[in-house]
Amino acid sequence: MIQAIVFLPLLAAIVAGLGQRVIGNVPAKIITTGALFTSCALSWPIFLSFVTGTGEADVVTVLHWVSSGALQFNWELRVDTLTAVMLVVITTVSALVHLYSWGYMEEDPDQPRFFAYLSLFTFAMLMLVTANNLVQMFFGWEGVGLASYLLIGFWYKKPSANAAAIKAFVVNRVGDLGFMLGIFGTFLVFGTVSIPEILAAAPGMAGSTISFMGMRLDTMTILCLLLFIGAMGKSAQLGLHTWLPDAMEGPTPVSALIHAATMVTAGVFMVCRLSPMFETSDVAQGVVMFVGAATCFFAATVATTQWDIKRVIAYSTCSQLGYMFFAAGAGAYGAAMFHLFTHAFFKALLFLGAGSVIHAMHHEQDMRYYGNLRKSIPITYWAMMLGTLAITGVGIAGVAGFAGFYSKDGILEAAFASGGGGVIAFWVGIFVAFLTSFYSWRLVFLTFYGKPRWEQSEHIQHAVHDDHGHGHDDHAHADHNHDAHSDGTAGYHPHESPLSMLIPLIVLSIGAVFAGIAFHHPFIYPEEGMAFWNGSLAFDEHLMHAAHEVPLWVKWTPFTVMAIGLFLAWNSYIRNTTLPARFVAQFKLLHQFLYNKWYFDELYNILFVKPAFAIGRFFWKRGDEGTIDRFGPDGAAALVAGGTRLAVRLQSGYVYGYAFVMLLGLVGLASWAMVNFL
Amino acid sequence: MISVGHYLAVSAVLFTLGVLGIFINRKNIIVILMAIELILLAVNINLVAFSAALNDLVGQVFAMFVLTVAAGEAAIGLAILVIYFRGRGTIAVDDANRMKG
Repeated sequence: MIQAIVFLPLLAAIVAGLGQRVIGNVPAKIITTGALFTSCALSWPIFLSFVTGTGEADVVTVLHWVSSGALQFNWELRVDTLTAVMLVVITTVSALVHLYSWGYMEEDPDQPRFFAYLSLFTFAMLMLVTANNLVQMFFGWEGVGLASYLLIGFWYKKPSANAAAIKAFVVNRVGDLGFMLGIFGTFLVFGTVSIPEILAAAPGMAGSTISFMGMRLDTMTILCLLLFIGAMGKSAQLGLHTWLPDAMEGPTPVSALIHAATMVTAGVFMVCRLSPMFETSDVAQGVVMFVGAATCFFAATVATTQWDIKRVIAYSTCSQLGYMFFAAGAGAYGAAMFHLFTHAFFKALLFLGAGSVIHAMHHEQDMRYYGNLRKSIPITYWAMMLGTLAITGVGIAGVAGFAGFYSKDGILEAAFASGGGGVIAFWVGIFVAFLTSFYSWRLVFLTFYGKPRWEQSEHIQHAVHDDHGHGHDDHAHADHNHDAHSDGTAGYHPHESPLSMLIPLIVLSIGAVFAGIAFHHPFIYPEEGMAFWNGSLAFDEHLMHAAHEVPLWVKWTPFTVMAIGLFLAWNSYIRNTTLPARFVAQFKLLHQFLYNKWYFDELYNILFVKPAFAIGRFFWKRGDEGTIDRFGPDGAAALVAGGTRLAVRLQSGYVYGYAFVMLLGLVGLASWAMVNFL
Repeated sequence: MISVGHYLAVSAVLFTLGVLGIFINRKNIIVILMAIELILLAVNINLVAFSAALNDLVGQVFAMFVLTVAAGEAAIGLAILVIYFRGRGTIAVDDANRMKG
């Protein structure tokens, strides 16, 4: 069964990708979507069997892979609780995104290619989560990187999309280098790449030291940190996050699938999968927590200032990934996975909802040109509303709440309970919960409430002019311009998305509402969690106990700051719409700093990109062109060209010139003969 | 007494003038033809001088041949020049560079 789940998407990708000319658009779409829905239907029983406690961890060998001296491993599909959680997340979101793309990509000429890439991505991601050894995980890891590159650059005629795709690939290379070094180091230390064997041997290695770059360092710390660098790259953590916002150049379903729900959580998954290793090093855990909290804070601050609807959600994703990492750093791997699980639903929902809004607004992505859309696209509005309620963590402690309420509060409580640095992370998390609430509601209010501000948008104006362009005389044009000034709609009528886009929204809405309440017991409750995870990650029963017995104010603070954020957003964007502008004028420097994403891109430009270009240009101009070419091929060619130029000059065409040369030769010959023979 | 040496000197002067006339002259192809005549005459003087000095008539016979050939050469040269002038409208030496590489 697990083979079918993993390989059906690959089969569909091959058929749709290579056979698109033969089978045509619609069959390609049916095959890929059908394969994904089949995978999804097969995954849920596995997950539910683990939830009910009847599931058994299993390893299926597919093929013998490498046998070289001490290095031996197979293609193996591992199914345990952790994998099962990822399986349902990946296949569900992927299947829904496939369905959604029927509507969203309807006018695209390259649909089979798009669907083939989506299926290929799903296969690679499934390979990653079912990996039983680090090399196979790395295969999936690179596979999703490749698919991500292909999909970000799907609209390859757009230079910005190409640049974003390359940026994503290159930044991920940095992380992947860390991951690779981690794998090499692990093999060096443990003599195997099999994950179960490594995890079993890891506690025995705690406290040993290894020579690394000329220093004696703690073995486990160095291995975990190297692996974590890989996780940072994939999961867009502070420092290696710059690719994620740019990745929004890809089509919106891609952003929902890859850059919100699945691929970017691969880092979290990897840390959880290798959690017994991380448990052996306090330093590594501290770094994970610190990086997570810093990313969480950084991304949330940036999200409050962005105007592009997809960028806001992208930074929000980055921030939520930070939450997951600081949960992992605090030792609450169950809470991290739980947030990954719920986040996949509500963030995919938010992205697909944003896609629906963009679809309705004729590819306008700037929230400044939205407003008052709740009446025009009511289903999208309600879906986004539920997603926002879920991400901001609306819920009443002890009673009920949306998905994000359970998972986020689980993380914050666990962080508080872990003590030490965890308490600082807890306060950062609380502040970020406030920011999350603010930017999420800001998005909703700017998009769906207030007055329409559509007439300033170029996209809308194009759309209106295309509609009204023919069959109207000048008088009608004047009329419609007059209308535009009065109500701000520019005469544009947003339309609700087709059914293929609404069904995924509705299904994900259900997930966003109920994923928390339905599954929080097995994921983060101490005894049930112990039975549920069943050793597939390092589940700290005492920590989770402590997390459930935190003081009441700890449980209520997230909700309180959420309410403050909601009120602030309401006050700034509905009640008193001049407030944000006045705030920006007052704190210009702060706003500029946040609006420009803490100047990370500029900093990297100066630190890495420009020196890299300078070195490249040096080797190109001085090394290659200036030395090798100059004295090599170019030099030989120049010699010939120069020689001929001289020879050409001799061929003056003047008879007396030739005669003179003859004379000289004659005189020379005569002199020579006279000197030698007389 | 005028010796062979004097004749040779005159002949050498004439020859050099002829050669220089070919190489230095940049104006007119007719001048080149004239310079060639000069060279041939210089050779003739040599032939006749040696013929007289050595009492051998072969030199003078050769001189007669050279005169004949020179006349023919001048006729052909001038004929070519006329055709050339019809074709190109100029007989300036600097314009006669069609053999340029």
